[in-house]
Amino acid sequence: MGNDINRGISGIAPQIIIFPWPINIAIPQVFKMTKLKIRLIALGLLVAGVFGWVVTTQGPLASVKVTLDKASSGTLSNGVFGVGVLEARRSYNLAPTLTSRVGRIYVDQGDRVHKGQLLAEMDAVDLNDRVTSSEQAAERSQYGIRVAEAQLAEAQSRVHTSSATHARFADLRAGGYVSQEMLDAKLHEKNAALSAVASATAALSSARLDQLRTHADASGVGKLRAQTRLLSPVDGIVTARLAEPGVTVVAGQSIIQVIDPGSIWVKTRIDQKQVGLVRVGQPAEIVLRSQPQTVLPGSVKRVEQIGDAITEERIVNVVFTAQDVAAMVGELAEVTIKLPQLEHSLSIPAAALKQLDKQEGVWAMQGGKVQFKPVKVGLSTLEGRTQILSGLAEGDEVIVYSQQELHAGMKVKVVDAIVKVRQ
Amino acid sequence: MINLAGRDILHGWGKFVFTGIGLGLLIGVTLTMAGVYRGMVDDANVMIDNAGADLWVVQKDTLGPYAEPSSVRDDVVRDLLGRNGIMAAGNVTYLTMQASSLAQTTGQRKEVRVMLVGFEPGKPGEPGYLIAGRPIVRSHYEALADIKTGFVLGEKVRIRRHEYTVVGLTRRMVSSGGDPMLFIPLKDAQEVQFLKDNDALLNERVRTASNPAFNRPGVPGLLEAVQASQTSSRFVNTVLVRVDADADVEEVAGEIRRWKHLQAYTRAQMEEILIARLIATSSKQIFMFLVILAIVSAAIVAFIIYTMTLNKIREIAVLKLIGATNKTISSMILQQALGLGLIGFMVGKLSATFWAPLFPKYVLLLPGDAVKGFVLVMVMCGFASIFAIRAALRVDPANAIGG
Repeated sequence: MGNDINRGISGIAPQIIIFPWPINIAIPQVFKMTKLKIRLIALGLLVAGVFGWVVTTQGPLASVKVTLDKASSGTLSNGVFGVGVLEARRSYNLAPTLTSRVGRIYVDQGDRVHKGQLLAEMDAVDLNDRVTSSEQAAERSQYGIRVAEAQLAEAQSRVHTSSATHARFADLRAGGYVSQEMLDAKLHEKNAALSAVASATAALSSARLDQLRTHADASGVGKLRAQTRLLSPVDGIVTARLAEPGVTVVAGQSIIQVIDPGSIWVKTRIDQKQVGLVRVGQPAEIVLRSQPQTVLPGSVKRVEQIGDAITEERIVNVVFTAQDVAAMVGELAEVTIKLPQLEHSLSIPAAALKQLDKQEGVWAMQGGKVQFKPVKVGLSTLEGRTQILSGLAEGDEVIVYSQQELHAGMKVKVVDAIVKVRQ
Repeated sequence: MINLAGRDILHGWGKFVFTGIGLGLLIGVTLTMAGVYRGMVDDANVMIDNAGADLWVVQKDTLGPYAEPSSVRDDVVRDLLGRNGIMAAGNVTYLTMQASSLAQTTGQRKEVRVMLVGFEPGKPGEPGYLIAGRPIVRSHYEALADIKTGFVLGEKVRIRRHEYTVVGLTRRMVSSGGDPMLFIPLKDAQEVQFLKDNDALLNERVRTASNPAFNRPGVPGLLEAVQASQTSSRFVNTVLVRVDADADVEEVAGEIRRWKHLQAYTRAQMEEILIARLIATSSKQIFMFLVILAIVSAAIVAFIIYTMTLNKIREIAVLKLIGATNKTISSMILQQALGLGLIGFMVGKLSATFWAPLFPKYVLLLPGDAVKGFVLVMVMCGFASIFAIRAALRVDPANAIGG
């Protein structure tokens, strides 16, 4: 290594020795362009150029890159998105009306049942005996009526006989063959027989009422007995069997749950901010968690009147348009409700919309620098477009993406895209 | 006057340039280390900037949400909005966790450590700018990802039990630890943070059912009600507050602290918490390393210049012999030293600029640091050349002829 430098110095040394004032006279020699020198100068310039380029474009001194897009007019297809849970609109919890023990259960979860089918029976305890007892009492009241009728017939017969006897004695008295006392006795007999008829008639009425009462009793006990039998109110599917035979349940505690499978809908929670335009009848797309690739058609069936104040959501019930949907109750579903399209609306990409203090607006280019332009916005679509009501004209360019947060007067460089889109 | 330095360099230019490049790489490492340190502090600062808030309202007696866990009821935000001087407030959750996406080509899961941010669109906490895609418009299952996560637009990212579609990309949205952020709607984030896995949920249900207080005979529905109340989550980590332009931040914060039984931090306090407490030791660690590296680099520069001169002792003796003045010799050495420093600085700056983006965490190269570095390199070269010049001037011209 030392030799290199040795030669380097000795390379110039002879020249210096030749001239008496070597330093002054050697100047032209220094500027003599050798090939090496040209190459080195070129290299130096190249390095300096690269250095300058790197410092101004790559590092912190580089200007902020932004992309531009134009405000464009067109049709905006609007929609709102929410998640929901599948629910049966008509779901029946069958429960006994009295605290009792479960006697027998005839169905299990998943069974299809028809309307009126016996699903479960509660333990009747003494109700069966009471039904028998009241039925027999009703039957006995029949006989009571017959007794009263026979008594009435007898009394009427006695009236008939005593009336005839009295008439005969009246004739005899007129002829003076019998005493007045005997005629009076016969009159009394006749009156007594008439009273007996009245009594027997009343007894008959009482027996008839008694029969009605015992029939009513029997029917009441029968109904009580029927309450222990749980019948399906609809043609449906058993979705839950919540108690087993032998278990005591209180009045109103569900034993069996039956749903109407035709009434399954999605109880969708929609953010209150977006629910304003949702109306009954609007079409919807439903994606079930169990079938994420399939989009099922549906429509809005009901918008609940009361919103949830805590979650800031409102329930929108969406039904399936197709009849046979293999869905389970309680399954999660994603619902997109299609709102009416907005024709000829001016819109910008939603990413361009910014908020400065409380003012909504966009950044626009003004002579190479950025400037905030306040705008009034309408709806935002699910595709990421924001409707512009005022503040921009069609074809106005706005900054969509930027490498940094923008400030008024910032110098920016417009590029096609800040990140290359990889597929 | 003949430029002896130039002639000398020209002759042994290969050696000179390569020495310069070697020196440059060393300077590059030092500059990068400064960038690493600056980047670390900047990560903490951008986190504060990106929150876009004037006040952080967190659980009382905590340093939340970044330095300590904090949970606040999510309806507190409404109380706050009703107070004087508050312009906007937004619920935010933060959770550092692992997110994964399925690579289409290989079918393998790609795991990325992210800070999951739950925010409400249009409220403080939303990223201020995007570099691609669109903002979140659906109320569920959409995500904005920082470019450092490596996720691309349209990619499905799995977080706990749901898949989220990346709809937009951001930049420089990182946690104080440098983990890139992934933004999802608040309600989803609350679920991620507070909803347990299925096994835990089932165990919890059984546990509740076995508690006789909640599972009483004769009170149908009580158990179900208790269990339903256990799975709901109504907490967030912080409420970000933006105050009115004419309101006094300190005053608003004081009111919240005094009457709402919450802690409120201003921007300056949050910076203090993050920089002076959260990343203090790790940044000091890097800073110490930077200082040592700078000293070592300076020493190496000095030694190289000194030894370079000592290698030329014989030639300098010849120069002296032929009558070169001390000034000529000194300027030659000084010019060579400064030239070496210049090449070194340029190479260092270039290399640092080129390899900085390759670092997994942010490396911030400040122009001020580069200028300081340049001045330091030049001063160091000048300083080192003084020793070299002293050595050169003491040379006996007789050495030239092998004395």
